Amino acid sequence: MKESTLNKIRSDFPALNQKINGRPLIYFDNAATTLKPEVVTDSIATYYNSINSNVHRGVHFLSQEATDAFENARISIQKFINASHSHEIIFTKGTTESINLIAYSFSKNFIKEGDEIIISVMEHHANIVPWQMVCEEKGAKLKIIPMDDAGNLIIEDFENLITEKTKIVSVSHISNVLGIVNPVKKIIEISHKYNIPVMVDGAQGIVHKKIDVAELDCDFYCFSGHKIYGPMGVGVLYGKEKWLEKMPPYQTGGEMIKNVTFKKTTFNELPFKFEAGTPNVGGVIGLQAALNYLSATGLDIIYDYEEELLKYAIEKLSLIDGLQSYGTASNKSGVISFLLDGIHQYDAGTILDKLGIAVRTGNHCAQPLIDSIGISGTIRASFAMYNTKDEIDKFAEAILTVQEMFG
Amino acid sequence: MTIEEIENQLVEEFGLFDDWMDKYNYLIEMGKSLPVIDEKLKTDRYLISGCQSKVWVSAEMKDGKVIFKADSDAIITKGVISLLIRVLSNQTPDDIINANLSFLDKIGLKEHLSPTRSNGLTSMIKQMKLYALAFKAKMSK
Ligand SMILES: Cc1ncc(COP(=O)(O)O)c(C=O)c1O
Repeated sequence: MKESTLNKIRSDFPALNQKINGRPLIYFDNAATTLKPEVVTDSIATYYNSINSNVHRGVHFLSQEATDAFENARISIQKFINASHSHEIIFTKGTTESINLIAYSFSKNFIKEGDEIIISVMEHHANIVPWQMVCEEKGAKLKIIPMDDAGNLIIEDFENLITEKTKIVSVSHISNVLGIVNPVKKIIEISHKYNIPVMVDGAQGIVHKKIDVAELDCDFYCFSGHKIYGPMGVGVLYGKEKWLEKMPPYQTGGEMIKNVTFKKTTFNELPFKFEAGTPNVGGVIGLQAALNYLSATGLDIIYDYEEELLKYAIEKLSLIDGLQSYGTASNKSGVISFLLDGIHQYDAGTILDKLGIAVRTGNHCAQPLIDSIGISGTIRASFAMYNTKDEIDKFAEAILTVQEMFG
Repeated sequence: MTIEEIENQLVEEFGLFDDWMDKYNYLIEMGKSLPVIDEKLKTDRYLISGCQSKVWVSAEMKDGKVIFKADSDAIITKGVISLLIRVLSNQTPDDIINANLSFLDKIGLKEHLSPTRSNGLTSMIKQMKLYALAFKAKMSK
């Protein structure tokens, strides 16, 4: 990326312009949530300051404007991930709700006692617990794809887990703890050989990779707006029409119905069947603004730069004695996780914060993965397009300071 | 010394540092010099699961005063524990129950007591006060 582009990007994110504990903020907690460019917050403010009407219900001018803006955003997102139809884009409040929706609605019609669901060892709790609940309720079984020491999912083992009872496979695109990019295309190909649908948790994938759901051929893809420079409280569930059509609604109420009498209610069609109640219109508009911002900046430029940053960070950290990295496989994106010998991650995170560096420490909502590695947590640094090599240099220096203080 | 006297003493000690790093280095020193509790006590019975760092705390009664012992797997947490022990250990149950511990705010370490930090310290203080209550109830029987 050209320096002028980088500087322009940095100037678009007002939150970068602050000091934490007297030092310029170095924000390396992007996997938790990214900062927002001003165009996103502006678009939300504009919506509330002018259009601010409910969608799909009013005959009045502003209601029509709001509906147009909302449906226009749906089409933008359809194009962004290359879905076949705009009604395959369901708005939710985030990845967590998207996965809960699928787990609930899919299992209602397609999972019965004795059936099996496959996830991987490196899932976020959001892609574990909803399936666990389904298994408990239906008497189904959860099976786990293992990984090797470098963090690669073991594909041969995956294929061996499949039986005629397997009904769905749900895996993350990119691990939020290790940054490993999982071979989802391969997993989808194998699953489809047995006619098993695949859900991809794209909470981390959406921001670091070009997502083409047609090319991937995934049956479902979920992501959150706030991890791709958009607002919190809005997310997307992409689902193939053929599956969404066959799934019952998740929540019921206004907006998602066609006809209601006290005897019987018929449901609206896609996508409204899955969007009960007033949606987060401002959030959806903000998400569209974020995606437009990315496209205008140039996706390839961003992905290349993020790759360069990650490579630089891995190299820099590899020079530090007493630093242990996790998830060392080569196919990585956006995230590094590590520990310092003899230093608790909580202690390290506390001092890094004092030095103005925001990282996350702990189990990152993926306790089974952390347990399987046999540690109690990690220090995680995760990068975004506005981060710089200079920040990584400062980070490496800060790590040396931490080691000195606890040495 | 009373709880208040010890608190004032700590505020004075920490007042000597104008740099956060010196303050934390001091805290780390205190954490390191905290007598490690008996491995026997490091069981689930005494464990306060704080998610990020683990804290163990035990208490016994001696001559009308409560003696606390505690430990953590994180040094900064342990440093804060050592301050709490200096203030609360060897005091009467009543004084412990009534302590408001505002000194942590005064020395700029209040952030470590935020429940959302999940380091186990808030639960630890609650546990220490519960011990004091239990001893008080036993005494008045
Ligand atoms: C891989 C993964 N899945 C799911 C989630 C949950 O996302 P949200 O909290 O936005 O619903 C996250 C967020 O940390 C994640 O990283």
